[in-house]
Amino acid sequence: MPSDAPATRRPRSEHWVAPLEETPLQAVDAADTTSTPRSLWGDALHNLVRNPVFLISALLILFVLFVAAFPSVFTSQDPRYGDLSIANQPPGPDHPFGTSRQGYDIMARTFWGARTSVVIGFFAMLGSTLIGGVMGALAGYIGGWFDEVISRVTDIFFAVPLILGAIVVSTRLGEMNLWTVIAVLSVFGWTNVARIMRGSVISTKSQDFVVSSTALGASRISVLLKHVVPNAIAPVIVTATVNLGVFIVAEATLSFLGVGLPTSSVSWGGDISAARDALRTQPSMLFYPSLALAVTVLSFIMLGDAVRDALDPKARKR
Amino acid sequence: MIWYIGRRLLQMIPVFLGATLIVYLMAFYTSGDPILALAGDKPISPAVEQQLREQYNLDQPVLVQWLLYLRSVLTFDLGVGFNGRPIWDQIAAAFPTTMRLAIIAVVVETIFGVVAGVISGLRKGKLIDTTLLMLSLLLIATPTFVLGFLAQFVFGLQLGISPINVGRDPSWVNLMLPGFVLGGVSFAYVLRLTRTSIAETASADHVRTATAKGLSRGGVVGKHILRNSLIPVVTFIGADLGALMGGAIVTERVFNIPGIGTLLFSSITAGEAPMIVSLVTLLVIIFLLSNLVVDLLYGLLDPRIRYAK
Repeated sequence: MPSDAPATRRPRSEHWVAPLEETPLQAVDAADTTSTPRSLWGDALHNLVRNPVFLISALLILFVLFVAAFPSVFTSQDPRYGDLSIANQPPGPDHPFGTSRQGYDIMARTFWGARTSVVIGFFAMLGSTLIGGVMGALAGYIGGWFDEVISRVTDIFFAVPLILGAIVVSTRLGEMNLWTVIAVLSVFGWTNVARIMRGSVISTKSQDFVVSSTALGASRISVLLKHVVPNAIAPVIVTATVNLGVFIVAEATLSFLGVGLPTSSVSWGGDISAARDALRTQPSMLFYPSLALAVTVLSFIMLGDAVRDALDPKARKR
Repeated sequence: MIWYIGRRLLQMIPVFLGATLIVYLMAFYTSGDPILALAGDKPISPAVEQQLREQYNLDQPVLVQWLLYLRSVLTFDLGVGFNGRPIWDQIAAAFPTTMRLAIIAVVVETIFGVVAGVISGLRKGKLIDTTLLMLSLLLIATPTFVLGFLAQFVFGLQLGISPINVGRDPSWVNLMLPGFVLGGVSFAYVLRLTRTSIAETASADHVRTATAKGLSRGGVVGKHILRNSLIPVVTFIGADLGALMGGAIVTERVFNIPGIGTLLFSSITAGEAPMIVSLVTLLVIIFLLSNLVVDLLYGLLDPRIRYAK
């Protein structure tokens, strides 16, 4: 130790005791023993609000939701009113994004299209999470032959890609509407939720608190609902968030293929696919709905990423 | 090992049967009678109707029809479609094009994805890492058909270096742009997987030892980091091959490529139930086999993994 380093010179001869403020024990004394430690969700929230990715994606999603709820705040034009005398106009003061080949105002179409995508994405996410969550939770919790059967059914649906199954069914169903698209996407999009829920339930059900509540005589169903599912749901929420973006993409792809919503509805997928014939003359028909679609999907994927990082303490930067 | 392969093959059987049954029901029965749908608005004579029903086994109970269909698949005798053309010939004509497209996509996603992922993973948190991560997120968020349109707009119209529509008997060169588009989303996933894996391995003990004993940076990266972190990437790429065949529906439609995707889509819109069932069965088989190969590769690449009997 350098001779000039300590500010307080220690007397050599006596037995020296450091003052209490300098001992490492200070940290122990300072620890708050009266409050409970943060729960998984409280901890996650604590991390989330400090994560710029979360803040940006949450702001974007709030903006998209606001647009979907009140599109008329952003545009006074009617997205369904086509005036052929003003078709194919470049962006200008009356039509900031220009007009389409049918004389629709592209800005109005872009803002009103948010509603279709958000509604389909949200309800398809809800439907698929319900189907997959119930299947996965029961398969994982009950186990045995029941698990075998459910797992094979999941494999079967997993082997038929989402878009492929959706196209085959959509063409046979005839004219689609919002709810049939949601149903088709839910029926073919639940498999990854089921797999994750099953794995998560299996690892949760062998934990001590579950075993002890079963031993205390709680009924199987109440153990599943009160203890297993709440503790196994975190990875499912992450997957569901990302799935919401996937379903928005799937809806747009179905509309592009001409088997989704009818052309009379206002949707980004339909508008982008209509832009195909106007690539040379009116690129803004392609550009604005594509941008809106990409930003919306991006924000849900980023949100899923951020939530996963927050819920997984191991993946966190040390 | 043999036991493991056997068990996996046995597990594939119910999946194969279930998937074909679902597709069979979807293609033939989701909305009414396929033969009446085929006839359309014109009245069909009872004799013709009877003959068609017998030809496609539609006079049998549903399960028998499906079993008869399975027999025709297993004997490679797919018969003729509603349009009178042999199903096998049409598939054989379209398959090479889609295969080329898928090969380009796999090569693109592997080379670019791994290289970008290694750069990103070794420079975690730096500017280039953040840039590549944002790019990968953008690619994942952009639907393939939008990516295709943008590529047509930029490379076809603005730069004029690639044809917008590919057309019949496409060459490898003409399939380049569609291949890049098809592999775009997977490229982003490969990048992210490689990055995570590299960053994890880079802080492992054996890597620190290698650096400490004086091995050059290139040697450490090539021999110790890369080799140990590519396992999840290889498995992803293998499993992706099956998904790419399905993704070809969209890419082929954007660029007008006469491959499996286009054939499948036109069969779906035309109500060509026999063709739909055959194609989807083919896709499911490719999907199942590539997943099996991936599982087996996993054991070869990582000796720590042992297969249970």
